[in-house]
Amino acid sequence: MSELGWWGVPIAVLGGAIRVSTPFLFVSLGECITERSGRINLGLEGILVMGAMTGYGVSYASGNPWIGVIAAGIAGLLLGLLHGLICNLPRVNDIAVGIGLMLFGTGFAFFLGKPYVQPIAPNLPAIAFGGWSDSPQIQAALQVNPLFLIGTALAFSIAWALRNTRWGLVLRMVGDSSDAARAMGYRVNTVRTLATAAGGFLAGIGGSFLSLYYPGSWNEGLSSGQGLIAVALVIFARWNPTQCFYAALLFGGAGSLGPALQSVGITSGYYLYNAAPYVLTLVIMIATCSPRRTLTGAPGELSINR
Amino acid sequence: MSPIRPAVEALAIPVGALAMAMVVFGAFMAMLGHDPLEVYALIWKGGFASGFSWQNTLSRAAPLILTAICVALPAQAGLMVIGGEGALVLGGLAAAIAGHALAGAPPLGVKAAMLISGMLAGGLWIAASGALRQYRGVNETISSLLLTYIAIALFNHFVEGPLRDPASLNKPSTAPIGAADMISNFPGLHVHWGLGFGILYCIAMYVLIRHTTWGFALRIVGGNVRAARLAGLPVGALVLAACSLGGAAAGLAGAVEVAAVHGNANASLMAGYGYAGILVSFIARQNPIAIVPVAILLGGISASGSMLQRRLDLPDATVLVLQGIAFLLILASEALYGRFRVFRSAGAT
Repeated sequence: MSELGWWGVPIAVLGGAIRVSTPFLFVSLGECITERSGRINLGLEGILVMGAMTGYGVSYASGNPWIGVIAAGIAGLLLGLLHGLICNLPRVNDIAVGIGLMLFGTGFAFFLGKPYVQPIAPNLPAIAFGGWSDSPQIQAALQVNPLFLIGTALAFSIAWALRNTRWGLVLRMVGDSSDAARAMGYRVNTVRTLATAAGGFLAGIGGSFLSLYYPGSWNEGLSSGQGLIAVALVIFARWNPTQCFYAALLFGGAGSLGPALQSVGITSGYYLYNAAPYVLTLVIMIATCSPRRTLTGAPGELSINR
Repeated sequence: MSPIRPAVEALAIPVGALAMAMVVFGAFMAMLGHDPLEVYALIWKGGFASGFSWQNTLSRAAPLILTAICVALPAQAGLMVIGGEGALVLGGLAAAIAGHALAGAPPLGVKAAMLISGMLAGGLWIAASGALRQYRGVNETISSLLLTYIAIALFNHFVEGPLRDPASLNKPSTAPIGAADMISNFPGLHVHWGLGFGILYCIAMYVLIRHTTWGFALRIVGGNVRAARLAGLPVGALVLAACSLGGAAAGLAGAVEVAAVHGNANASLMAGYGYAGILVSFIARQNPIAIVPVAILLGGISASGSMLQRRLDLPDATVLVLQGIAFLLILASEALYGRFRVFRSAGAT
């Protein structure tokens, strides 16, 4: 406890929101691209864990955490490609393949990651924005990771690209009406496979944040459903990358509520506060979904709406 | 049209996909410098070669059968529920609570109460997912998995807080339910009655789905909701009932793990049976009878995990890799149905 008293809680939540939201941000942006093409990839949870393991392992081997981040993205890209290619087969359900990929990705990461549980890999650096303040809490809250800034820039540029570029238009067309895309001479499956691979790339980077910055180590309990929350978060954000950014911040804040309250001495319901992001996701989905109409902004080809 | 050929196809394609998974996994092992034949020999030895390994296999198959039903039953109504782990965990917690509340009552009554409260907890949990889908349009796959994380948080809260046995120092647990109230093994075997419950549940569900009007109505809902509504079927009630029965199975799995294996509720309940049950159900193509042999197969593979660890120094996640490869190939094999001329009946070309 310090001179900040109860103010420590909102400041810790704010700092936590910035810190915890980065994996949400990357995974939800990746899922956003995938879903705009008309496919849903529930396996991003597995890709996230795989990215965390790859990032940590490569950072340890190479000594440079940024090479680890790139490697994590490539691992995610390959798994996304796998999902895309399997879903190209006729009569294969994309949600089921996502569940399969979730189990495969986590199992594979645990298998390959066994040797990396002990060693300490170089972590990503942080940029300190809190130098103006004397309070250690504020300084801690404003330690911002470069990946958060990259993610923020990405969110706005993806939103711009979806609206204003040829690629964005093709992606949205494939997602809204595969018949129209086929009539225009585009290959629906190719576009969707590429979109899923791109989504996997971003989710892999999101995973590397977990192992290379916060919490900053590799173990089998590293991810607790962030990949899955991000899928629900895309629905909440109405498939809009800019809103994905705000939603990720909100969820990051909810996720850091438990540790923040613990820091001011409230420990009784610690495990219940840990459930806050899941409860929040569920409440938001209950409030925004409806059985009678499809959601505004939802891509027309998405199997979740049919 | 003879029903034999489609049945052969429904058997041949999953078996082929599993064989393919073994080849891919074997190649992966060979790449890492292990002899694939040795790995498979060890899996055979650890899972199926001796009476001891069979008992281990069957004890693991019991919860797998029940959690697979939690996927297979809602799937008949077209729902993809993957929250069996949450129902299992809460079922175990409910059973532990019931065992305590009734301590001292006649053992048979306590046992029944534990199993029933486990089924109730699991059934209500998955029914919540079904209700959200039916009445709020919330995707049941996502909501059931979110509910799993919430269930685990509740479980941790109670087991590490209000219900913690002060005597459990290193591993937080609820107080033991007492030997008299534990569910026993089959006479002369080290396999508990949970396996019997699972097999009975499967047979009952098979009869219900394939040989009753109710089951037929449920399958219509799964096939085409609009047609079901036009036919005047109570879609909501059918979906909720299927989810409740499925969730009750997973809750029963948790109750059995507490009442027959652990003797109290602790973190060992979260052994991933709920997730492995999804794979079992998909390999069995959501057929309750086929679930039993598939669960025994996967139970044997997971039973051999410790043997692989000891003999070849492979991580315990090796089994997960094999399961993941099998899962993806089984899903990809969906594309093969109806592609082979051999399986087609003479009249329908």
